[in-house]
Amino acid sequence: MSEETAGRIIRPYGDTTGDGMVQVSFTLPMPHSKVAEGAAAQLAGKMGIDPALVVHAKPMGPDFTFFVVYGRVNHLVDPSQVQVVERDYPLLTPKEANAAIKRSLRRRLVVVGACIGTDAHTVGIDAILNIKGFAGEKGLEYYRELKVVNLGAQVSVPQLVEAAHEERADAVLVSQVVTQRDAHLLNTREMSAAFREAYPSATRPLLVVGGPRFDEAMAGELGVDRVFSRGTTPGEVASYIVHRMTLEQSDRKVF
Amino acid sequence: MSGKLQLDPAQVKQARALARTVGRPIVTTAKRHTTVSVERATLRLAGLAGADADGIPWVNRLTDAVRADLHDQGGLASGIALPVWDALVRGEADDLATLAQKAGAGSVRFRLPEGRDSTRARTASRKAVGAGIRRIDARRRERERLIARVGDAPRKPWIYLIVATGDIYEDIPQAQNAAREGADIIAVIRSTGQSLLDYVPEGATREGFAGTYATQENFRLMREALDETSRELGRYVRLTNYASGLCMPEIATLAGLQRLDMMLNDSMYGILFRDINPIRTFVDQRFSRQIHARAGIIINTGEDNYLTTADAVDAAHTVTTSQLLNEYFAKEAGLEDWQLGLGHAFEIDPDVPDSFRLELAHAMLARDLFPKAPLKWMPPTRHMTGDVFRGYLLDGFFNLVGALTDQGILLVGMMTEAVVTPWLSDRDLALQNVRYVMSAAGNLHEDFRPQPDGFIGTRARQVLGESIGLLQDIRGHENGLLDAIADGTFGLMKRPAHKGRGLDGVAAKAAGYYNPASEILEEK
Repeated sequence: MSEETAGRIIRPYGDTTGDGMVQVSFTLPMPHSKVAEGAAAQLAGKMGIDPALVVHAKPMGPDFTFFVVYGRVNHLVDPSQVQVVERDYPLLTPKEANAAIKRSLRRRLVVVGACIGTDAHTVGIDAILNIKGFAGEKGLEYYRELKVVNLGAQVSVPQLVEAAHEERADAVLVSQVVTQRDAHLLNTREMSAAFREAYPSATRPLLVVGGPRFDEAMAGELGVDRVFSRGTTPGEVASYIVHRMTLEQSDRKVF
Repeated sequence: MSGKLQLDPAQVKQARALARTVGRPIVTTAKRHTTVSVERATLRLAGLAGADADGIPWVNRLTDAVRADLHDQGGLASGIALPVWDALVRGEADDLATLAQKAGAGSVRFRLPEGRDSTRARTASRKAVGAGIRRIDARRRERERLIARVGDAPRKPWIYLIVATGDIYEDIPQAQNAAREGADIIAVIRSTGQSLLDYVPEGATREGFAGTYATQENFRLMREALDETSRELGRYVRLTNYASGLCMPEIATLAGLQRLDMMLNDSMYGILFRDINPIRTFVDQRFSRQIHARAGIIINTGEDNYLTTADAVDAAHTVTTSQLLNEYFAKEAGLEDWQLGLGHAFEIDPDVPDSFRLELAHAMLARDLFPKAPLKWMPPTRHMTGDVFRGYLLDGFFNLVGALTDQGILLVGMMTEAVVTPWLSDRDLALQNVRYVMSAAGNLHEDFRPQPDGFIGTRARQVLGESIGLLQDIRGHENGLLDAIADGTFGLMKRPAHKGRGLDGVAAKAAGYYNPASEILEEK
């Protein structure tokens, strides 16, 4: 958070400081009518929007109505009370990352990546690992001192553990993109449990999971070292892995 | 439609000739092999359905039993028909279902019949399988009758919407609503794991991951519901599913038997994106396409997928190359132009200068190369960022390209792509977007002719040239397309021919191989 917002109470901004204006849209399961518009205003009111302007109401079939509402929200935001996982490692360029690995490991650092469970969407793991990369940053395959093994999609947990053993992985990256009924959380717990079982804690590879549905604060609960969410770039993942792997062994956090 | 890009006919001819050169050895390989799924599909055509108490389909139980008994004679190398109908002729069981149960219990032994026994088994199997193919023929006539009676989709492109709840009984009302809202085609997305199952689940299913299992009963229930909705709306609503993964031939067969109208069926998708063995895929694909041809099903190919992993500008020519190969394989299998929903997608990074012109160039190239094919136009997914407002605009431009290039099938883009599974309001807004663009600019293509030497024409020629270059490169590989697939030419994935899932289900055909389904399907 920047200096300016620290310790300041703020409101949403429409076109004037402090106006508190927000815009929401939603559907109510009722036919379009004056009553429906009133119901939309009532909901907006309960959400803290007052006055609420129902600017658009459109019937969708005989049983539903879609609304767009603008209005002033009476809630305040206190940025000093916000809790997020801040980046606690330095961002390295690929060159710096390579140099750091060379200096402290004196060998290539091995990264094994996969989509586990039934998830067939490799877009996340590919964005991080493929040389092509994401958001203008090259993927981990581009780093000379990283050996990347991308197992692809629909890899089972036992297969992943076996591959990690075989490749002598320093870090294991797991991506979960499309999930249903919290499958990403179940899969991740199963994965971390399998690694804890298969490795003594001192030699267990670093476990990193990522995907749009994850909450970055859940690492401890899921039994992994780090969780990355939407918008994470390859450089961030590489920097994190290098940071953790080049720390003194005793500094490594063990769950 | 006349070629608006005025492509050089000699160049177009060269591209097709190269696709044929590259594709032909694959067809030869496919003809020399069979797979467990091809043989199980044959049993399904003969009417064997259902599953044992553990949910393992009887076609799997019977196929596994025959394979085990004939292990020393090459397993399925001679096909399933001869040993199975030999057992029936011998009186081991009264019908296929009983035989499968006995085989499952281990109380029948299979052999490879010879001489007159072989002839008898051959005749009996042809009769049984022929009945299944006649059922598919009847289903095709039934579709034609229904379209004539209730009416067809009123305009092109046909609007394609997806449902995917995991529960067929939730899918049905959603699909019916989507049709009422304007969908001409309903696609039921499959559960993510299904492509890697080496069996087709049985019965109506209510659990799935990000989709609903493709089963014969689910097909039947959905088609029945959409028939009802078609009558209500006065237009025939088409149903789509996926003939991909390890059970392509069986799912194609079930689709034919239950009168599905379109199937996703790509020549290389399973290899590249599901790591299914290349030989397995090409054999299964050929059989499934022969079934689709017979059933009057329109296939949808999956070129859009290349652009989700590779850059949509750099890899534009891989789409064209794949379309040419898909066309060759499809026609070889008996499909006609009107059945080729060749895929392509609007996936160029909107921050690239002239991205819309590039999209238009690529789409026009597809249109001009395949003038009679109902192309399938896929919406942006990769650059949908979660900014739903920007996404809505992008979808509008996607629709505009669709209108300008006379697409046959338009998969409706959702502004909440990559955010949530579409809400009711997302679908409504998306359809408004399509309707607005089609009513405002649907006939714009009449006025629109790019300068032959302008940006669009030049770009299209460049992509075609690169595609020809790639096909020449593939031809230069020692083992042609198989080597090109192995070294990561498509979608950056490396898939060697001796690796991948489902390889153990492939068998080289013996000299006496017999499959009545292939025989009948290739007669025409």
